[in-house]
Amino acid sequence: MSSLTTHTHQEIITKINDFLSEEFEVDPARITPDGTLKDVLELDSLDYIDLVVVIENNFAFKVKPEDFTGIHTFQDFYDYIISKVHP
Amino acid sequence: MNRVAITGLGIYSCIGKNRGEVRDSLYKGQSGIIFDPVRKEFGYRSALTGFVDKPNLKEFLDRRSRLMLPEQGEYAYMATLEALQQAGLEQDFIARQEVGILYGNDSSAKPVIDAVDLMRLKKDTTLVGSASVFQTLNSTVTMNLATIFKLKGVNFTISAACASGSHAVGLGYHFIKTGLQDIVVTGGAQEINYLSMGTFDALSAFSVRESEPTRASRPFDRDRDGLIPSGGAATVILENWETARKRGATILGEVIGYGFSSNGEHISNPTVEGPVRSLRRALKDAGVDPGKIDYINAHATSTPAGDASEAKALAEVFGEKCVPISSTKSMTGHECWMAGASEIVYCMLMMQEGFLAPNINFENPDEDSAKLDIVTETRSKNIDVFLSNSFGFGGTNSSLIVQKPYN
Repeated sequence: MSSLTTHTHQEIITKINDFLSEEFEVDPARITPDGTLKDVLELDSLDYIDLVVVIENNFAFKVKPEDFTGIHTFQDFYDYIISKVHP
Repeated sequence: MNRVAITGLGIYSCIGKNRGEVRDSLYKGQSGIIFDPVRKEFGYRSALTGFVDKPNLKEFLDRRSRLMLPEQGEYAYMATLEALQQAGLEQDFIARQEVGILYGNDSSAKPVIDAVDLMRLKKDTTLVGSASVFQTLNSTVTMNLATIFKLKGVNFTISAACASGSHAVGLGYHFIKTGLQDIVVTGGAQEINYLSMGTFDALSAFSVRESEPTRASRPFDRDRDGLIPSGGAATVILENWETARKRGATILGEVIGYGFSSNGEHISNPTVEGPVRSLRRALKDAGVDPGKIDYINAHATSTPAGDASEAKALAEVFGEKCVPISSTKSMTGHECWMAGASEIVYCMLMMQEGFLAPNINFENPDEDSAKLDIVTETRSKNIDVFLSNSFGFGGTNSSLIVQKPYN
């Protein structure tokens, strides 16, 4: 992985952490790669809709509900976004 | 039949954000009307409106609860919090009881418009987010408050135009009177954003006395030229009298009469006969003669046709110059869906303090209002029994009678 790509990935992760902590009103320090989205962000069924909204508003790609099936940890979430931004 | 006590009052309006502020404004005859330049720019014929400051709910509610509340829901939350506190209804007590909610609300325009605007732009309904549907439904206030306060009894919204809040109190009274519920949170809420009142402005129903905002609402005055929209929320906690006594609640008043009727005629033009039937039904329900009423809070919105028909109805039922009358809408503007509930709160505050709030801006009577005892200055007066009117589009009428508590 080139240093440029790594840097870009880090920027993406920072951006994700910023909008997640703002949207779901959690302390950014609680967002760690091995933490689970559902527990840390206290997501209920309605919150997944808002998760779609913030992703689309920040990265401008379409999100399908089934995309969340395999996403549990923040690292899963980062990997998913990065795969969409840098397919 | 059960007696129906009032055990809590909450108010969030353009003349004050709690009972104390509102009581002072009522006593001083202080108006809450402003000129809103945003409305003028948007194309309103009249930019006059009641001004209601938005509450900061971050200190009270979690993110999910705040997301779900439209503007009028925020006001309703504040008013209900104040009312529940006065009633001494703590959350752990509510959790063990079957407390109901009946609230008046007849629009949630801004969330609907915002959502459709977004859908038009994005061509993707998902992007309106999770909260939109819960903000846009007319029942938004009852669904939100029932969730926030964990209410387990009756739960629905009354939509009856400008009589919504009054019918909500009236229906709550019947639920308790007939033994279906012991405690019901009743009230009315009204959004006041510029998107919500444009269709009303379209009817040229609003006063255009824009150079004098606080003098523009002048119910019963010969030179009135229309109503002024306003909003906020008011909550009235109704409770089975015996239940309230047993738990040691302070009983603030007793609802003794509810009258209602439909004009059955034009959709917007008022009649005399419809309000007369509502008034007579309320008096009959209360079992009191017209002479027992110490004060009437008139619906009187400051439109020539509405005020005139109500003045005729009041003179017909109560006789000429027999009962002191004022319209608090002279200060608040027309709080629409909320008005029937807020005016019960205003009257309760007057009854508790022993004064009649003035019908400000009443300078010259017309031939109909000349037959009434319009209160033009704050008047000291013991109120044992008051009556409050609300009349709405579609010809829906509501009259409530409340008396001072006695054992």
